[in-house]
Amino acid sequence: MVNNEDSVISLRGVAKHFGAVRAVDDVSFEIRRGEFFSLLGPSGCGKTTLLRLLAGFDFPTQGEILIDGQPMSSVPPYKRPTNTVFQSYAIFPHLSVAENIGYGLRKKGLSKRELAESVHQALEQMKLAGYGSRAAHQLSGGHRQRVALARALVCRPKVLLLDEPLGALDRKLREAMQIELRQLQRSVGITFVFVTHDQEEALSLSDRIAVMSKGRVLQIDSAARLYEVPNCRLVADFIGSMNFFDGSIKCVDNGHVIVDVGPAGSLCVPKIQKNVELGAEVTVAVRPEKVHIEWRAPKPKGNAIVGRIADESYLGDRSHYYVEVPGMIRRVCVAHQNAERFRRSIESHGRQVWLTWSTESAVLLPRE
Amino acid sequence: MKRAMHLNLLGVYAIFIVALLYGPVLLLPMFSFNDSIYIAFPLKGFTTKWYQEMATNSALLAALMNSLKVGIGVAIVSTVLGLTAAKAVIRHRLPGKTQIVGMIMLPLLLPSLFLGIALLIILRKVFSVDLSLWTIGAGHVLICMPFSMLILIARLEGFDKSLEEASLDLGENAWGTFWHVTFPLALPGVISSLLLSFTTSLDEFVIAFFLGGNDTTLPLFIWSQLRFPAKLPGVLALGSCILVLSIVIVVLAEVVRRRGVQSSKPTVF
Amino acid sequence: MASVTGGPLVGHARSRPLSQRFRALLLRSEALRGYILLTPTLLVMFLLLVVPLCGMIAFSFFTQVYFDIDFTLTLKNYWSIIKPGAGNTYLGIPFPFETPVYTILLVKSLLMSLVATSVIVLMAYPMAYFIAFRATNHKFLWLVLITVPLWTSYLLRVFAWKVILGHNGVLNSGLISIGVIEEPLGFLLYNPAAVIITLTHAWLAFAILPIYVSLEKIDRSLLEAATDLGDSKLIRFLRVTLPLSLPGVISSALMVFIPTVGDYVTPAQVGGTSGIMIGTIIQRQFGAANNWPLGSALSIFMMLAVTAIVCLFLWGVGNDRIKARGA
Repeated sequence: MVNNEDSVISLRGVAKHFGAVRAVDDVSFEIRRGEFFSLLGPSGCGKTTLLRLLAGFDFPTQGEILIDGQPMSSVPPYKRPTNTVFQSYAIFPHLSVAENIGYGLRKKGLSKRELAESVHQALEQMKLAGYGSRAAHQLSGGHRQRVALARALVCRPKVLLLDEPLGALDRKLREAMQIELRQLQRSVGITFVFVTHDQEEALSLSDRIAVMSKGRVLQIDSAARLYEVPNCRLVADFIGSMNFFDGSIKCVDNGHVIVDVGPAGSLCVPKIQKNVELGAEVTVAVRPEKVHIEWRAPKPKGNAIVGRIADESYLGDRSHYYVEVPGMIRRVCVAHQNAERFRRSIESHGRQVWLTWSTESAVLLPRE
Repeated sequence: MKRAMHLNLLGVYAIFIVALLYGPVLLLPMFSFNDSIYIAFPLKGFTTKWYQEMATNSALLAALMNSLKVGIGVAIVSTVLGLTAAKAVIRHRLPGKTQIVGMIMLPLLLPSLFLGIALLIILRKVFSVDLSLWTIGAGHVLICMPFSMLILIARLEGFDKSLEEASLDLGENAWGTFWHVTFPLALPGVISSLLLSFTTSLDEFVIAFFLGGNDTTLPLFIWSQLRFPAKLPGVLALGSCILVLSIVIVVLAEVVRRRGVQSSKPTVF
Repeated sequence: MASVTGGPLVGHARSRPLSQRFRALLLRSEALRGYILLTPTLLVMFLLLVVPLCGMIAFSFFTQVYFDIDFTLTLKNYWSIIKPGAGNTYLGIPFPFETPVYTILLVKSLLMSLVATSVIVLMAYPMAYFIAFRATNHKFLWLVLITVPLWTSYLLRVFAWKVILGHNGVLNSGLISIGVIEEPLGFLLYNPAAVIITLTHAWLAFAILPIYVSLEKIDRSLLEAATDLGDSKLIRFLRVTLPLSLPGVISSALMVFIPTVGDYVTPAQVGGTSGIMIGTIIQRQFGAANNWPLGSALSIFMMLAVTAIVCLFLWGVGNDRIKARGA
């Protein structure tokens, strides 16, 4: 277990059931002080429920949550050192912007002047100066989001909980806000727990990400490790795109595993797991951008698979080639960077190609 | 061309229905200014004497005071009960919610004669309570509460639960959250519920008839006057006043309620 | 891991005083908080609805002996309603009971209510249709216009019809003064027709709203789809609009039918002796006749009959729908 000094939130066997539905199912992990932590998963995976358990709007059916070392089992939301930015922003429609931001400060025993000063500072910090007297309904989506952030941050929480705060914004604004959010988190030094279903958002913002599915946490890691070394097929599939080759383990030598993938041949994968059994059903996963297309048979080094190009799609910065490999149901996807402008379009359809990648770019996953 | 005619036909029909709804009722104010003891054409002449007579009728004024007392009490009680029930039903996951709401709505469906009799039996023969304004009030709460709850459910559904959660999150406890967030946002519904409960009680006759005992409300007073032809013009004047009051209150309540619904809609999304 | 999760928490809770444990429970259980919020309302409903209804049912098994109540449980009241005897005929139907007046009045009330309900729903539908589909610019105004009469005094609306239909009333005097008739028409007031007219007027506004709501809920793209698939306007109405608005029609019909069967204000004011309904005779048991147990039995008898008809109606509608789906 992680050193408690280091962690601001600990979840220990936390579960939340709604009737027969297990929204959160036996989740245990730690969130470190000052990190930008994301909960990533498709809708209905339990990430928002988990956030609500942290905020205190719901209480776990089983297990225990500690925030800053304190058990939260009977602490109501208004006594927790957390504040929340809601998906809908939840800006009080009957209050002005300044009243919204000052809402959480009224209970802190500040004088009128101190309160006004804090609100003013928060408005400045969030680039909302001059908006203080506006009514909530006069704000644009971007501004509502800033008000929601300012209102939560002005209370100086130990943990800021964000429930898909960028979901309602259009793409350009969302990208701008991502950068701003990251800078903000660094400057205030508060732990952010960020819920999102957008993998790119999670990858670009987070120090660490917990990938969730069906109420369970599948993997917690940095963005790079999640992408490069996923621990299961669901994670590999959810983040980015991935080619999978099902097979069984043929032999294990020092540091590598050879997997027999049927008609496609056998593939060599680095051995990262401790226990690897001969004959075990496994899956080899390779990212499309790590696969190279060779137009001629390569010299026998590393992995090579023969197939025919079935389709091509142009995506601007890159093109995807879909290669049909005998014995495989799914086509293998190969991403090719379009480094040159108007690159000669390969008269490719139906052409036989060889797919290669370096042994180190493949990942061995348990079969599901 | 054909479409335009179709539209016109329905439009004419709609105007006919509105005329039908209002026409007979509007005869009451018209004849209340007629200088004749008979409610018949041709109209004789304009007079306000029926209204003057009304203002000096002590029995009528007593009934008016009774009606106001009951109406205000009923409005407050049924709105408070309706608001707590609406909040429980809308903001909490409750097992058995549908059945509970169904039971609270039941008095809307039952004939008021049936409710009046049931209450009369229990009050008189089981609890031996003397009939009074209090018993009328109890009966009126029974029929007003479902309306209050319906209005307030619609109102609470009109704004997001996350507003209340945000308040809790920012350090207000449940009580503070209710007064700083829920109540101000539900206010249009609360006002509407108060006004409509008040008019319902003001106009209700059947339950008051069974549960009134010796106490008289305005509808009971009107009922007692209907037997005497000579009193009819006075009843018309009184009825007209009640009618105008009811209409003003109801229009006010509707405007408040629907305005409230509109203003809470977020403009951005 | 598992031992860490459950163990200390329970021990912790046990050592705390009861009030704190209750507060913790309250905090953790959303449903408990909900029920506590509901308690006052449910208590009031229990005291004002459940207890009185039970009392009424109990009373219907007692008997009135002059000025006292005999508390022995008996079916005598119900028996007196349906006890066979020489009977009478009404509308050509024989009612072979010792006191046929109860059953006759019940059947008559049900019939009058059914007629009024049918007329009301037929009149309300086009109005609701108009507001939902045609009154695009002034919808709010139209809605207020039909909502206002709902809240005005029922007694006054009934009274207005008495004034209109009376012997020397508005209609007769109006017709005489413009020379259409010379003598007042005697058949206007104090008959079942007058009751039905008054009921129709008094309940019409009630019936418009549920139909309007169900029409308003219909997704407009469904209508466009029907047109797109080749339905004419009439066919589209019959195949899409009408079936989809049926729930509104049903709830309107029930909202009008159930309360009107038990009405006694209207028959008392405009019904005369021929327009008397079951409500009148029930009310009489609590007034001049002073037989509360019989009155209770009659009320329950009436509600049972109403419930039976409503169930039959709903079953019929449900059946129809299943048939329609099968076809």
